[in-house]
Amino acid sequence: MTEVLFFIEVVVAGLLAGTMYSLVALGFVLIYKASSTFNFAQGAMVFFAVLAFVGFMELGLSFPVSFVVTVLLMVLVGFCTERLVLNPLMNQSEDTLLMATIGLGFVLEGLAQAAWGVEVRRLDLGIGDFPIEWIIDVFGLFVSALDVTAGIVAAVLIIGLALLFKYTRMGLGLRAVADDPGAASSIGIPLKNIMLLVWSAAGVVALVAGMMWGARAGVQFALVDLALKALPVLIIGGFSSIPGAIIGGLIIGATEKVLEVYLGPFFGGAIEGWAPYVLAIFFLLYRPEGLFGEKIIRRV
Amino acid sequence: MEQKVSNNNSFMGYTRSDLTNFLIAMILSFVAIPLVVQTDYWYSSILIPWLCLALAAIGQQIVMGYAGQLALGAAGFMAAGAFACFNLILRVPDIPFFVALGLSGLVAAAFGILFGLPSLRVRGIYLMVATLASQFFIVWMIDKFGWFKNYDTSGIITAQDIVILGKPFTSPLEMYLVILVVVTVLTVLAVNMARGSTGRNWMAVRDMDIAAESMGISLLKTKLQAFAICAFYCGVAGALFAFTYLKSLEPVAFDIKLSFKILFMVILGGLGTISGAFIGAAFILLFPVLLNSVGNNVFHGAIDATIISSIEQVVFGVLIIVFMIYEPLGMAKLWGNIKQRFSINK
Repeated sequence: MTEVLFFIEVVVAGLLAGTMYSLVALGFVLIYKASSTFNFAQGAMVFFAVLAFVGFMELGLSFPVSFVVTVLLMVLVGFCTERLVLNPLMNQSEDTLLMATIGLGFVLEGLAQAAWGVEVRRLDLGIGDFPIEWIIDVFGLFVSALDVTAGIVAAVLIIGLALLFKYTRMGLGLRAVADDPGAASSIGIPLKNIMLLVWSAAGVVALVAGMMWGARAGVQFALVDLALKALPVLIIGGFSSIPGAIIGGLIIGATEKVLEVYLGPFFGGAIEGWAPYVLAIFFLLYRPEGLFGEKIIRRV
Repeated sequence: MEQKVSNNNSFMGYTRSDLTNFLIAMILSFVAIPLVVQTDYWYSSILIPWLCLALAAIGQQIVMGYAGQLALGAAGFMAAGAFACFNLILRVPDIPFFVALGLSGLVAAAFGILFGLPSLRVRGIYLMVATLASQFFIVWMIDKFGWFKNYDTSGIITAQDIVILGKPFTSPLEMYLVILVVVTVLTVLAVNMARGSTGRNWMAVRDMDIAAESMGISLLKTKLQAFAICAFYCGVAGALFAFTYLKSLEPVAFDIKLSFKILFMVILGGLGTISGAFIGAAFILLFPVLLNSVGNNVFHGAIDATIISSIEQVVFGVLIIVFMIYEPLGMAKLWGNIKQRFSINK
């Protein structure tokens, strides 16, 4: 019985940790949907946003004020990206855009470190990374409060974004742009504003993801590597699907935890580092477009 | 009447200026540099890492610039090559150094084929993620299985001396010459592959793989070949890098940062040119040196070292974006433009 409980515990911890991957992947999907750009810089944005947030907190700003200021900063980042990187590269191939966003990622990482230093910061959200007592009492499971919070935050964000896209004018415009940028701009949808909105939304998602990660692992450069794991998540879920990002994150989170706990000891541990990527390869061989992605059809 | 395709001015399809350039480069690197450069610093900190990384960049160039496959795992293959070479020299008695080097390239090539398999199904960022798996997996495997490190627990293993025909090559100049021979042979080979039918197939696949396939080019063969050759070059480069520059073997030296560096060399140097690999490697290697010396000499160390490395990162990032926007073919193309402007016979 305890073994079953332990397994459930591992899976639950994995699923909840997976929502953190989902949060990073979500920012990715937002940008991909709107502009068919693989934003490799999403991980760097996570790092940049949370480092800025902690930096503002250290300046003595209160929690909500720092949050708002960081959001504004991320909007500015989105604005500059749109003007300086995406606009000049319009109609270029996906690979070119991808390489440009790799460059963007380096710029953001460098700027963040130049501005706020390289030392590891602690981020205290007031939510401990310890098991919730009533769950232990009722189910006998150890589930971290931080994980649960991350899960709830992810759910709220996704519902919020879904409502935004479904019921606002901006959201309608965004869906039009995602469908056909040329047609959308020819009927007068402001492409630039839509891009700004998307990059800002991705910036906010990055900030939230960074806060969750930062509270757990400390605000440090390793966040960028963690955020790389959003890539296998996207491959499993599909690049253009928000539910895909969520479910992909859950699959990766649960699988890597289960593998680490049950297979890790036989290989000396730390297989978490590559297991998601290998899992992604198997998915690629079986279903390259991901679980929820649109089927890739290429013609000469 | 039989038409003679090549005229007297060319040799195997190379123009006379190509051959002169090659000759000049050879005289410069084999004779002039050893005669003129006497300080060890230049060899061990600039020339040796430059040649090693340029070799790895040629590998990356082949898979990315020529075959158009977005791979991000060069450092993983380098690690495979480095540790293969270490183990071969350690476990096979009296193995000649060049044989060990070639075999470690082949070991890396085997990994290249294995992790190149996803390229048959996917491209772009999908492929990038698949190759990231090779990066993380190879480094993890070497780190976790003691056999690869000869059960060394300190984490840092000293590389063996390079011994060729009973003579140890240990001074920076001697090591430079060893690397130079390897790099010259492999570069000539790469240039020839790139301009022969192999290279044409790669480029056809890069430009439109479905069209290439319908013209009878086997995607399976072409793509896996590119991955294997890329990994071979990276493996040899990794072995040389570990034995001559690092002088030690540690898996952490081959982390994803190195992969990114090699990727940047290729992008900035110029996709689809062998010379771009050398130019890009020189830039990526020299720019931090330059920045540090500016920091030390102009600002007298007033700027923190971490800030300098951050600035370096920002500059690389900005350059990538700028090159993508204004000159996607990189520095090699810029150089070509300059040459064309000043040449008489256009």
